[in-house]
Amino acid sequence: MPTDLSGWALWLPLVWAALIALAVLLYVCMDGFDLGIGILFPFMREKADRDVAVNSVAPVWDGNETWLVMGGGGLLAVFPLAYAVVLPALYMPLILMLLALVFRGVAFEMRFRAEGHRGQRWWDRAFSWGSMTAAFMQGIALGAFVQGIEVQGRAYAGGWWDWLTPFSVLTGVALVIGYGMLGACWLLWKTQGPLHRRAAALARPFALGTVAAIILVSAIMPFLQPAFAERWLTVPNIFYAAPVPLLVAIFVWRFFHALAQDTGQGGIADARPFLLALGLFVLSYVGLGISLWPMIVPPAFTIWQAAAPPASQKFVLVGAAVLIPVILTYTGYVYWLFRGKVTTETGYH
Amino acid sequence: METFLPSALDLARFQFAFVVVWHFLFPAFTIGLASYLAVLEALWLWTGRAVFLDTYRYWLKIFAVAFAMGVVSGLVMSYQFGTNWSVLSERAGPVIGPLMAYEVLTAFFLEAGFLGVMLFGMERVGKGLHMLATALVATGTFFSAFWILSANSWLHTPAGFELLSDGRFVPADWWAIIFNPSFPFRLAHTVTGAYLTTALIVGAVGAWHLLRERQGRRERHDAGMESVADPGWPGRSILEPGTGQPAAAQSRPGSAPTERGEEESEAGPNPRARLMFSMAMWMLLVVAPVQAVLGDLHGTNTFQHQPAKVAAMEGHFETERGAPSILFGIPDAAEERTRMQVAIPRLASLYLTHSWNGEVRGLKDIPRDHWPTNLPLVFFAFRVMVGLGLLMIALGLAGGVMRWRGRLYDTPWMLRWATLMGPAGLVAVTAGWIVTEAGRQPFTVYDHLRTADSVSPVAAPAVATSLAAFIVVYFVVFGAGIWYLLKLFRQTPKPHEGTPPKDQPIRTAGITPAPSVQAGSNPGPQPAE
Repeated sequence: MPTDLSGWALWLPLVWAALIALAVLLYVCMDGFDLGIGILFPFMREKADRDVAVNSVAPVWDGNETWLVMGGGGLLAVFPLAYAVVLPALYMPLILMLLALVFRGVAFEMRFRAEGHRGQRWWDRAFSWGSMTAAFMQGIALGAFVQGIEVQGRAYAGGWWDWLTPFSVLTGVALVIGYGMLGACWLLWKTQGPLHRRAAALARPFALGTVAAIILVSAIMPFLQPAFAERWLTVPNIFYAAPVPLLVAIFVWRFFHALAQDTGQGGIADARPFLLALGLFVLSYVGLGISLWPMIVPPAFTIWQAAAPPASQKFVLVGAAVLIPVILTYTGYVYWLFRGKVTTETGYH
Repeated sequence: METFLPSALDLARFQFAFVVVWHFLFPAFTIGLASYLAVLEALWLWTGRAVFLDTYRYWLKIFAVAFAMGVVSGLVMSYQFGTNWSVLSERAGPVIGPLMAYEVLTAFFLEAGFLGVMLFGMERVGKGLHMLATALVATGTFFSAFWILSANSWLHTPAGFELLSDGRFVPADWWAIIFNPSFPFRLAHTVTGAYLTTALIVGAVGAWHLLRERQGRRERHDAGMESVADPGWPGRSILEPGTGQPAAAQSRPGSAPTERGEEESEAGPNPRARLMFSMAMWMLLVVAPVQAVLGDLHGTNTFQHQPAKVAAMEGHFETERGAPSILFGIPDAAEERTRMQVAIPRLASLYLTHSWNGEVRGLKDIPRDHWPTNLPLVFFAFRVMVGLGLLMIALGLAGGVMRWRGRLYDTPWMLRWATLMGPAGLVAVTAGWIVTEAGRQPFTVYDHLRTADSVSPVAAPAVATSLAAFIVVYFVVFGAGIWYLLKLFRQTPKPHEGTPPKDQPIRTAGITPAPSVQAGSNPGPQPAE
């Protein structure tokens, strides 16, 4: 915490960092499972299964993706310096992610409407490859961001290929596997019969892959920047940070336990693997936060250095304080409206 | 080598122009369509007449596809400012960022959230709540236009800010920022343009189906299948009740009047196509002239705040009293004159200053480094917009005359004209966008921050690569989407449009009107403990 700041200038960036972190986390959790559906497409050969899987997220994906706009728009409004440095630094992966999301978003609408087998196959591929590419590029962007961004003055100073490193490829693959796990667990919850069993069978390897990725990334992180090592591996920090890996271990154990007990009978038991998988994402996210805090452009700017003037932050905060609870309420209402299992009978046409 | 390659700045400008023009095609259509759907549903609830519900369902499918393309192309826009215009974002972010954040908070979530309810059908939530969902989506599109045009207007006519020594703009007065001088005019002109765009498309679809049906009748008649000559259906507007045959007589045997309302008379041309065409022609008759007035007000406002833009629009190089209105010409920046002029004396002074002798500043009295960078583009785009606007007014008047004479639905030349005018709104809106944006060059924040100083420090090959990718992906994906929209337009609007058969899974779903979840009354094998 900066000692030379007080009052609004101290607190507003804290509140806003929390809100933007929340928006990004909500995005990762919510769009994560619907991107996961696309990632799992190669493992679902039957057209009927694919239709059910897509229909299970069709009512909500648009709202899920809006959190990505919220993250970007919020960053521009309250941390414009971070927005202006990070986006050019991650130019290629972000543009590729956006293009992949274009493919995938339109494929939602078109794969049901295309006439003939070839057209449908084409849009299925657009959906699947779009989802995978979007997830992979998000992971790459995350890895490149964590590794640090070269800054001179108030602008990005690196090249246009800086984002491509072995570590960013690792985080890219990790996020594809992780979203795949979320997608499988979502299907396990929302479907029944053969597709449910298929989802349960897929959830296991994807979860194992996710756990391996979490371990690998956590092992590499301390060596990326000295600040990370200090945060995690020195006394007394280690005691404050230790609960996170411990909780991860507990969640992993409960997750595989829940998976083993899966019956497909419906009810809360079917939701358990999904909720625990979300828990793993939240914990990994908290772990990242512990490493990065309080940097918003590692290693150059803190949240206070990148913050917009208090007048900007206050103005949006008034609206956010009123509107975010309202948004969460009606988003919850829409999820509630579309509750229950999705079946082949509800397939298109 | 540099001489052959466009600079990163030019590429970034072209990229922004490309993605924003593509993007705005969709909201220009869906802003009006959302309101049209709300009006149709309200009329259905009020009158109980099936024709309104059928027409609603016909356009709802189309809305879903167009809206999906608007969403994904809009997502790209929210990142363009950072990827390609990072200096602008860093400096003006504290002012325009909050306006865009309000757009997300008030509009995007509202639209995305309630679109699912709107598409998923009345059966699940009931009529009242469904009407509310439609109204909320329509309201969302308006909020969206409000905030993004406020941010855009601020870049044209910045107000309510302080400029720090490091080049950053910081907010001083939010009211002055939001309601900056050009905002009310730009908002009114743009939203009205969007309404006209929708009216022209709806009208064209209605007209095309009326024409096709007429053709079919004539062919049947020629083949001797219809013995009576074309009855013509003079003046039978379904907006005027009582002209059709008694509804009860038209009901199919055994079908009691349902909650859908009494069966609509199917006599005469397709009543849904008539409804579309009739409503669109009313809209053009009333709103196209209003748009001309709004355009004039917006132009006068621009004349006060961005005289260089107006000089480029008019092709004026000399400052004159009693300035002429140049109908046609070729502005030549090098020679500093507009060649091959066809002009009406004094007219420009009249509509810009509202006096025959008012002084209109020409480009020569404006520093050269404040001139719009592409004068012919601004000049010709303006003429395209105004020309199409005049055609819209004419079409609206023709529609009014034909309605008065009772021949609105069977005047082939007018139906053909209305069909051809279908894309006119989209073209006019795009042309208007080009006028205002090319006309405010070479600045991003007018008079304060130059476009050349706003661009991201990204290498030209990176911008070129991404631009090529945008071009390929947009043409493939949105090309397929638009082709599909055209196919939807071709489908004849039928009675019981899009109603799910009884005891069948209901329609649903976010952006897709795909059935996905079982009906509320039968939530499937839910909690089975």
